[in-house]
Amino acid sequence: MSVETLIDEFVKEHEADLTALPDLKGKDFSSDQDVRWCPGCGDYTILKQVQNAMPELGIAKKDIVFISGIGCSSRFPYYMDTFGMHSIHGRAPAIATGLKTSRPDLSVWIITGDGDALSIGANHFTQLLRRNVNVNLLLFNNQIYGLTKGQYSPASPEGSVTKSTPFGSIDHPFNPLALSMGADGTFVARAMDRDPKHLKDMILRSHQHKGTSMLEIYQNCIVFNDGAFELFTDKKSRPQEAIYLEQGQPLVFGADNDKGVRLDGLKPQIVQLGDEFSKDDLWIHDEQDQTKAHLLSRFFEHPANGEGVQFPRPFGVLYAVDRPCYDEGVVAQVQYAKQKGGNADLDALLRGNETWEVK
Amino acid sequence: MSTTNQVRDDVTIRFAGDSGDGMQLTGSLFTNTTALLGNDLRTLPEFPAEIRAPQGTVPGVSSFQLKFGSHEVLTPGDECDALVVMNSAALKANLGLLKKGGTIIANTAGFDKKNLNLAKYPDGVNPLEDGSLSEYELIQIDVVKLVKEALADMNLGYKDEERSKNMFVLGLLYWMYDRPMDSTIDFLNQKFGKKSPEIAEANIKVLKAGYFYGETAEIFSSRVTVKQADLKPGTYRNITGNEALVLGLVAAARKSNLPMFLGTYPITPASDVLHGLAAQKKFGITTFQAEDEIAAVSSAIGASFGGSIGVTSSSGPGIALKGEAIGLAVMLELPLVVLNIQRAGPSTGMPTKTEQADLMQAVYGRNGESPLVVLAPKSPADCFNMGFEAVRIALEHMIPVMLLSDGYIANGSEPWKFPQTADLKDIKVAFEGPRKAEDAEPFLPYLRDHRLVRRWAIPGTEGIEHRVGGLEKEDGTGNVSYDPDNHQKMTNIRRDKRDNVADNIPEQVIDQGGTSGDVLVLGWGGTYGTIRTVVHQLRKEGMDVSHAHLQYINPFPKNLEKLLKSFDQVVVPEINDGQLVRLIRSEFMIPAKPVNKVKGRPFGVSELKQAIREVVGETVASES
Repeated sequence: MSVETLIDEFVKEHEADLTALPDLKGKDFSSDQDVRWCPGCGDYTILKQVQNAMPELGIAKKDIVFISGIGCSSRFPYYMDTFGMHSIHGRAPAIATGLKTSRPDLSVWIITGDGDALSIGANHFTQLLRRNVNVNLLLFNNQIYGLTKGQYSPASPEGSVTKSTPFGSIDHPFNPLALSMGADGTFVARAMDRDPKHLKDMILRSHQHKGTSMLEIYQNCIVFNDGAFELFTDKKSRPQEAIYLEQGQPLVFGADNDKGVRLDGLKPQIVQLGDEFSKDDLWIHDEQDQTKAHLLSRFFEHPANGEGVQFPRPFGVLYAVDRPCYDEGVVAQVQYAKQKGGNADLDALLRGNETWEVK
Repeated sequence: MSTTNQVRDDVTIRFAGDSGDGMQLTGSLFTNTTALLGNDLRTLPEFPAEIRAPQGTVPGVSSFQLKFGSHEVLTPGDECDALVVMNSAALKANLGLLKKGGTIIANTAGFDKKNLNLAKYPDGVNPLEDGSLSEYELIQIDVVKLVKEALADMNLGYKDEERSKNMFVLGLLYWMYDRPMDSTIDFLNQKFGKKSPEIAEANIKVLKAGYFYGETAEIFSSRVTVKQADLKPGTYRNITGNEALVLGLVAAARKSNLPMFLGTYPITPASDVLHGLAAQKKFGITTFQAEDEIAAVSSAIGASFGGSIGVTSSSGPGIALKGEAIGLAVMLELPLVVLNIQRAGPSTGMPTKTEQADLMQAVYGRNGESPLVVLAPKSPADCFNMGFEAVRIALEHMIPVMLLSDGYIANGSEPWKFPQTADLKDIKVAFEGPRKAEDAEPFLPYLRDHRLVRRWAIPGTEGIEHRVGGLEKEDGTGNVSYDPDNHQKMTNIRRDKRDNVADNIPEQVIDQGGTSGDVLVLGWGGTYGTIRTVVHQLRKEGMDVSHAHLQYINPFPKNLEKLLKSFDQVVVPEINDGQLVRLIRSEFMIPAKPVNKVKGRPFGVSELKQAIREVVGETVASES
């Protein structure tokens, strides 16, 4: 007897008819709860873009689950009209791993912040990436602890003066994307709250990727760390300071797209486009090139930059490759054992190998 | 010297050697053979936490004790009749456990100068030669030399010869206690036959050499026979507590027709639960070796949220780490099974030594008012029943259940009259159904039935999308609530919901003795066999004493208070510093008396008997 559990039956019985999905709008994914973030918080835009992206996933609402940890961003699931769990600090990746592994039919989203994912939950965060569980992780990075009212986070720059570091932070921060690359993540991307269109594209790309999708989202904390990402979000400075990555396209930036990045061996170089260099000389973005993705993740802190050389911050998909997913492997093993084991005979199991009779 | 035949009711033997000498395997094989002969038995494996503790030293000694008999055997025996020592450290560590007049079988090769030094005997002292063992029957055998001779024609390396010396001792004991070698020979052929037939052959040769040595060397004054025990008719197998626990969980998964998800992290002495379940994937069981204890329990909660039976297993230190997440499961009101195979604490404590000191941690060890169900199996085989019960209660009441086993029953074994699948009750599970109509009533995730149990509403079900979380819930809607009255109400509900489990568990029974009288000995968990044996003896000696053993601790069985108050005195023996006794006192306001021991070992029968006599006598004296 092969074991058909209630969940197997449930999944079959409840399989959504994708051809008959209702025509939903972003607002259909709003729950009945009042949103309680501070006025002007970057989280509002992210919520809106996630809600806007949902109808485009081609997945029934009932099959979507948001799981969060603790922190301002982790209130997120309460505002989504899907299944959700607001769990405990740092553990959302572990809970999501258990859920996705036991229910691969679900679309599982993790909502976390820089404190939640990079401090108390850094272990689970990196283990999730190395296992490549097929879930999407949105890391709201505001480089500060908001909910506990303004202590520095593991993403705060050195020297950050906060409530817990009145003389400046002496902690060296994590670079979330470099950490994700180091943990062998298969999808590593960055977006920002102040560019909603690009953000939504990145949310959709995260969904499309099979494996753990790590999307860092720069998010402004208006109360405790206002303007932390202003260089990239301000329309005036953005062209100089941000570079948008597109697959197969040269790395071009600047107010008039007049600058580019070329590679001199493994050393990135900023060049002026014109007589000496044309677009043909530039670094062509390749999401599947791990070495380049490593360089991109450390662009702004590259040791070869030298004094005074400011590289633009990359946004978009730095890295996206296919690797077998943990959850798929687990399910395959169980399925194989069920088929191979054929006779899952409980009586034989209880009996064991050696028995004796007492008369 | 001629050999006489002796029939004995029971025998306790102890194998002791260096941790590399294979004493655990030797003991297990002797146990299997003995079980197949129909003796009742109990085992006590004791080994160092180190994989290879310094060779030849006292901390590196590994032992396996076994008591078997033609009557009911419920303890591995206080003192042994025969002690096998493979080296001088093993003698030093274990001599105190041998009866006066008992037999020592000593491997003389383990008593050379180097080994005597490692065991820290003073220079020039060899206990085999200085007459210090004159109170015992001392049998000296150069096992290494005899093994070498037995394998002379096989051309094996020194290492393989050395490794098979435990088989010589096993063979010798088989002869001594009149046991057949078949089961062990089958085992050796199965284990080595295919891969390295010459190793199988060598081991079998050495086993037989040991047996024939006993027969021909005439070194024993008597050969001992222990007849089949008068067990209840039926088919039996031998089983350890951790093996039985695995089977109980698999059976419960089958009987509830649900997939099971074990999220766990390796820890002594709980890892065998992971090993056992990992091999049972064909029953729809998923095992996840997480990055830490917290991820282990968290993944199980995630799986429960999705409709699987979430299970996590650990020992005390790991349970401490899981505390916050268990509290989350209490708040979410999801089924969760937490297995704590207790070991000696605090902190890392003594990982391979047994203790019952996590009861307070189980009942109270989380932040806030965080009620859950606590169960405790009473013997190795009972781990099957209580593992099954843990799943049943978690599913039927949407509540976390903590099961407290311990190192003693987890690794110890006993004969088990295993049940048939058909005899096991079904566990009924129903998920909340979909709501498709537009005008359907909104789904309220924290709506409850008369038992205060909420519905299991799993993702994938249309129209009941909802959010849960660790923040306080509003009753009914499950929305976040900071309302003072609601928090009071929810705290009461979670407590009452746990208390209502008492309606769904058996009433407490008296194991032995009357339902009222002078003294009740109240135990829980792994002390069952010892207490039962002690109470049996005390009753024979004229004391008016009964024994009740708790398997359901939180909530207590409904009739427990009445039962306790039917006795003049209640004595609570525990392998801790007094935990159940405090629960009993505070819950029922009775002056229950503790009997405690924390030495990393179970109670001995005689020490417990004496302790109970003292406690009972003292009270009588102070009253007069």
